[in-house]
Amino acid sequence: MEENRIRENQMAEQIAGPDELYFNEEHGMLRQTVKDFVTKEINAHLDEWEAKGESPLHDLFKKMGDLGLLGIRYDEAYGGQGLDYWYELVFLEELAHIEGLGLPVAIAVQTHMATPAIAEFGSDYLKQTYLRPALAGDMVTSIAVTEPGAGSDVSALATTAKRDGDTYVINGSKTFITNGTQADFLTLLARTSEKPGYHSFSLFVVPTDLPGFEVSKKLDKLGMRSSDTAELFFDDLRIPVENLIGEEGEGFIYQMRQFQHERYSVLPSAYITTMDMINMTVDYLRQRIVFGKPLIKQQVLRHRLAEWLTEIECIKQFTYHIVRMKSAGLDATREITMGKLKAARLFQEIAQGCLQMYGGMGFMNETLISRYYRDSRVFSVGGGADEVMCEVIGKLEGF
Amino acid sequence: MDILVCMKQVPDTETKIVINPEGTGIVTDGIKYVMNPYDEFAVEEALKIKEKMGGTVTIVSMGPQRATEAIRTALAMGADKGVHLCDDAFEGADSYSTAKALAAAIKPLSYDIILGGKQAVDHDNAQVYAALAELLDISHVSIVTQLDVAEDGKSAVAQREVEGGAREVIEVSLPAFIACQKGLNEPRYASLPGIMKAKKKPIDVIDLAKSGLSADEVGEKGAKLKIRKFFLPPEREAGKILEGEPEELATQLVKLLREEAKAI
Repeated sequence: MEENRIRENQMAEQIAGPDELYFNEEHGMLRQTVKDFVTKEINAHLDEWEAKGESPLHDLFKKMGDLGLLGIRYDEAYGGQGLDYWYELVFLEELAHIEGLGLPVAIAVQTHMATPAIAEFGSDYLKQTYLRPALAGDMVTSIAVTEPGAGSDVSALATTAKRDGDTYVINGSKTFITNGTQADFLTLLARTSEKPGYHSFSLFVVPTDLPGFEVSKKLDKLGMRSSDTAELFFDDLRIPVENLIGEEGEGFIYQMRQFQHERYSVLPSAYITTMDMINMTVDYLRQRIVFGKPLIKQQVLRHRLAEWLTEIECIKQFTYHIVRMKSAGLDATREITMGKLKAARLFQEIAQGCLQMYGGMGFMNETLISRYYRDSRVFSVGGGADEVMCEVIGKLEGF
Repeated sequence: MDILVCMKQVPDTETKIVINPEGTGIVTDGIKYVMNPYDEFAVEEALKIKEKMGGTVTIVSMGPQRATEAIRTALAMGADKGVHLCDDAFEGADSYSTAKALAAAIKPLSYDIILGGKQAVDHDNAQVYAALAELLDISHVSIVTQLDVAEDGKSAVAQREVEGGAREVIEVSLPAFIACQKGLNEPRYASLPGIMKAKKKPIDVIDLAKSGLSADEVGEKGAKLKIRKFFLPPEREAGKILEGEPEELATQLVKLLREEAKAI
């Protein structure tokens, strides 16, 4: 008994807090850099960018590229940092302190949605020509998969890429494309064969400065207003055959793998941004006096907060488990899918619950919680809807 | 140029300070420590001078074990090496005994200029640099918002803030201590490659024996100042909002200013 207690005390002296179980001093320094960057370079300007409907991505990404933040896990040969999943997680966790989802998503498009397939399956030429400038922040990227007639049902894609000599000719349109009005290149999924099945699609790098490319519409959204979203149109756009990522006919498979990075990247929002929402709400509840006492003293509210904190802790530990799986080289598709589903639901529940606790103030645009509330809908519809996540889980279980 | 930067690790400015029950200090549990914000300006200025003129930047800091984190941050920003005064004997120092220890660490080093923040945001004394300059027998310029080092590295022109928003321009021969104020520059972020490189940069740890000083010259024993008690300022009460017609309001306001605030 006594011995146990001594041993526990010794451990407590070595470890200042639970986060030290996962993160070291370098992680802490990276955390400080990203935290300062988010405060000074992003949150300080966010009201303006939200009102404007877009953010200066070229300027912002260049600054992030200079700090080595855009290619944390990528190969040093192409300007990445060659570091592990924990460094990347620190980065994602600190991005989740951005006061709204517009920029965390815009940045994750650059780091987790449009570039993983190039890094994993692209040729040296594609990595030198497109991955390197993307990681340096010299080029802004988009992932172009969704179409007016094909979203969750990716196999219904109608955009075509037809081989013609040394080029592919692209025709069709893409929609809901994040960063779409500012992108220098797109990672685009198109049909390369009329045959049914999953091997009729290919993934391409499509520069946006070529003839035949058009931003047909800048879309107006409920939330994420600091992030621009576009509908794109391709009219006989010719790209060199070198711009094919990996093998022709494998694009759908590559994209399914790329989706895992995209879905994983939203998980920290569910335990970091939600904590920010709760912290600001608790501050409000402490000072708001109703019927002679602060609202925080209402048991019903305290219990609700306690339940959220419990769920937040669960999704945080689940995320750390996923990081450990990824680090060990295990396929975490099942866990990432479950995590994305749960993260989307929890984020919405807490955003709407906190708004309720703010009462009338929560309904005012001047109160930050109203922005989180509007933004909160996106995770359940983007990156594969909740229903798609359930289908994936069901299929993996063999139901 | 051999550039030194005196740096202190302090509680994060966002920390909610709690006084311990004995009133002898603050509760340090769970506090996050950062580089003193004014020292960040000093590190940035040192790096700019190095980029322009070449040379090395050495960070000199006194503090417990944890202070290495702040030294590493400065190394990650681009400084070359660190000197860490670390010994239980240095604990509980005042400005004077801090300057004493820093001077002992600095004397054997070669230096053309020393930079530091105009004050540390924990004790806010703003005295260490003046005492240190005296002990090293060099000049100091305080509250500097602009600095130009002459091409030959023998002198510098510094602008310092004086009352009423005016600026004073001072030419000083080097080596001198420059105490940096906000506005001097915009400190850079530690880049990720910089953070990874910082791991391999040398930090020279100097304990009491290595400093060549005796235990009663440093820390609490060497301090000329004894802190008797810590207490927080009284909490500010919520403001009063007066309501009514303008004439009534004016009468009420005058009455309150006279009787409650005793301002008129």
